[in-house]
Amino acid sequence: MRTYEVAFIAAPTMTPEELDAFIAQMQSVVEGKGGKVVKVDNWGKKPLAYKIKRFRDGYYVILTLEADGAIITELERRFRVADHVIRFLSVRIDEDLKRSEKMKAARQRKAVSKPVPAVPKAGEFESAPPAAPIA
Amino acid sequence: MPAPKRFSVKRKRVCKFCAEKISYIDFKDGKLLSHFIPERGKILPRRISGVCSVHQRQLSEAIKRARHMAILPFVAD
Repeated sequence: MRTYEVAFIAAPTMTPEELDAFIAQMQSVVEGKGGKVVKVDNWGKKPLAYKIKRFRDGYYVILTLEADGAIITELERRFRVADHVIRFLSVRIDEDLKRSEKMKAARQRKAVSKPVPAVPKAGEFESAPPAAPIA
Repeated sequence: MPAPKRFSVKRKRVCKFCAEKISYIDFKDGKLLSHFIPERGKILPRRISGVCSVHQRQLSEAIKRARHMAILPFVAD
């Protein structure tokens, strides 16, 4: 199982109810194939940076999924078939998140270990302030 | 006091993402990305922004994703 972020833009001609129904349908597709929807983020209607299919705005929806490649393929197929989806993008994020966590942990380790050798050093400068760094 | 540098108009700054400890640049954060988009809509080179190479690569990927999702423009004028 991998973590994906699937974002799509729905046409502004949809009603919010239709959009909710569509999101629910996509959720059932994911769950029917053994995936899990972690988060549904509905941004609502937002202006587009440029026109897509003559629309100037659209509903942004971001789904965070625990899924595998086959589920993403199926979702993208459905997005292509659905007329009211004007743009979509799927990004695999588990590796990026893992790396991000690793970097965070490394920074924390650094922050913990750093003050220890710095303490005796600070004592040396009790009488005289440290010389200004050479620019 | 060091002698004034002759050529540099802008001081080279530290990487914003390193300073703020951002380790994953999200394409959905249009507000953050727009700092690296000059008026024309191009990606700001890192020699100007001072972003480190690791983050510049992540940044350019994020900007390209944001453009695809119409969060940022391809060309602005």
